[in-house]
Amino acid sequence: MTTGTTTLAMPAATRSAMPTSPVLTIARRELAEGLRNRWVVSTTLLMAALASAIAALGSAPTGSTSTGALDVVVVGLASLTIFLVPLIALLISHNAITREAEGGTLLLLLSHPLARWQVIAGKFLGQLGIMGFATIIGFTFAAGFVVWQHGTEGWQAFGAMTGASILLGAVFLSLGLLASASVQESSTAAGISIGLWLLFVAIYDMALLAALVAQGGHAIPGWLMDLALVLNPTDAYRLLTLGEGSSAMLSGMGGVFDNSALTPGLLVGALALWCALPLGLAMAVFSRRNL
Amino acid sequence: MNNATVILDGVRKSYGGRQVVHDLSYHLSPGEVVALVGHNGAGKTTQIKMMLGLVRPDAGLLQVLGADPAQGRHARQALGYLPESVQFHPSFTARETLAFYARLKGLPAQGHEALFDRVGLADAADRPVRGYSKGMRQRLGLAQAILGQPRLLLLDEPTSGLDPALRRELYGIVADLAREGATVLLSSHALTELEGQAGRVLVMNRGRLIADGTMEELRRLAGLPSVLRFRADGTPQGAARIGDHWQVKLSEAEKPAALRAALEAGARDITLEDPSLDDIYAHFLRREAA
Repeated sequence: MTTGTTTLAMPAATRSAMPTSPVLTIARRELAEGLRNRWVVSTTLLMAALASAIAALGSAPTGSTSTGALDVVVVGLASLTIFLVPLIALLISHNAITREAEGGTLLLLLSHPLARWQVIAGKFLGQLGIMGFATIIGFTFAAGFVVWQHGTEGWQAFGAMTGASILLGAVFLSLGLLASASVQESSTAAGISIGLWLLFVAIYDMALLAALVAQGGHAIPGWLMDLALVLNPTDAYRLLTLGEGSSAMLSGMGGVFDNSALTPGLLVGALALWCALPLGLAMAVFSRRNL
Repeated sequence: MNNATVILDGVRKSYGGRQVVHDLSYHLSPGEVVALVGHNGAGKTTQIKMMLGLVRPDAGLLQVLGADPAQGRHARQALGYLPESVQFHPSFTARETLAFYARLKGLPAQGHEALFDRVGLADAADRPVRGYSKGMRQRLGLAQAILGQPRLLLLDEPTSGLDPALRRELYGIVADLAREGATVLLSSHALTELEGQAGRVLVMNRGRLIADGTMEELRRLAGLPSVLRFRADGTPQGAARIGDHWQVKLSEAEKPAALRAALEAGARDITLEDPSLDDIYAHFLRREAA
């Protein structure tokens, strides 16, 4: 403790001993806001409902095959996740900054003793909390149903897929935040987000397929294929969750994975990079903006 | 030692080729209540944004609480800001809102009851902001701005849309804070209500500072006459007949003699009107345009 002879800024008693970092304060606020405006509830319910539907349908016909019921569910859920998680993540994050600007609360927020990157980091953490909560609860609900019916075989793959799904969510949260930090209006950010979603979920794979067909069956170099796969986070996710083990056989992704130099570690690294780069860019862009 | 809370020296800012702030220089000291006066677009909000570090000046020196506001975010710990027509997230209560901003300022989240009392929100503190009137939002905004006894308070059009009672309360709080040593800068285009509230007035026009001084100094500088009106049966010297009144235009020095003369002429219903801040502002604008 220092004696407050030179710092007359404020009575020492009014300062708490350990002020929380602005990042955590904003993250907490973002979570609380998610709870208030029902984002958390609706996202969790949606994930739980769809995951349960897939679990109920997917686990039914396995009967006496050697595959674990949870493995089957992993294939179904991962395919769903590729469409749904990026969409939800972009929906949550695309207006994180523009909403504050339009609601007239951004200037007041930034007049406080915090750096702009901390606003982005806090929003990201809070939204990751929402995504993580919804994914874990939703998937666990589905898994519980399968385990109750068929036993716990394949739980490791299921756990890994849950983790990978949260990582995929983080990637699209940071892409949405980048859109939100770069433009003035929510509607513009929404347009960019829809474009990103279409690009990564549909157009990219179609283009890739078209390129492969155009090659006329000639094998393209393995490294080029690997590069093409990690340049789209949803492809990296697909390969990560469906490339190995029993789900590989079921999904047909095993063939791609076997011919690829990409290990699960590399794929996780690629997804982490996909998360960190847009987030860092969002912080840089936001810090430079005149408001 | 210069203990000024805000220092501007040759500050300039332009947006897309349009100069919004021209070569601005002034100091603000502790305990001062300063009114930043000017029309919309005179550069008031840009100045406040620069002091908050939200906008960087193109040129010149700007120091707020001893630091460059664009760099030293810790200086903002001792800064309170009330934006023009303040908004809050509608689904949180006033208490939750204040706790959030207190945490951001590094203060305890709880224990701000006295603040709610001070701004008159004690009864509404646990209601969501959604149902708040403009006046209540402004009260909450003020509570937020004076959290943790700021040394510099920036109020952007704090009274626009407030009823007179609330306006008076706000100026009371401002005066208290200034007595405790805070610098208060309030921007306004409702000039007349600043009368008696601001010890110093900065008059802005199109990004330039065209006058700086106390109300009395500005009045003297403007050299605008006061107007004495009264009824009388006789014909007082030097007075002009306006309707059923006599009217005399007076400089400051002529006041005592003219009042005495009017009384001797049997004056009734006497009013002495000094030029209002609006008149003075209009005068400076005319002079600038000439």
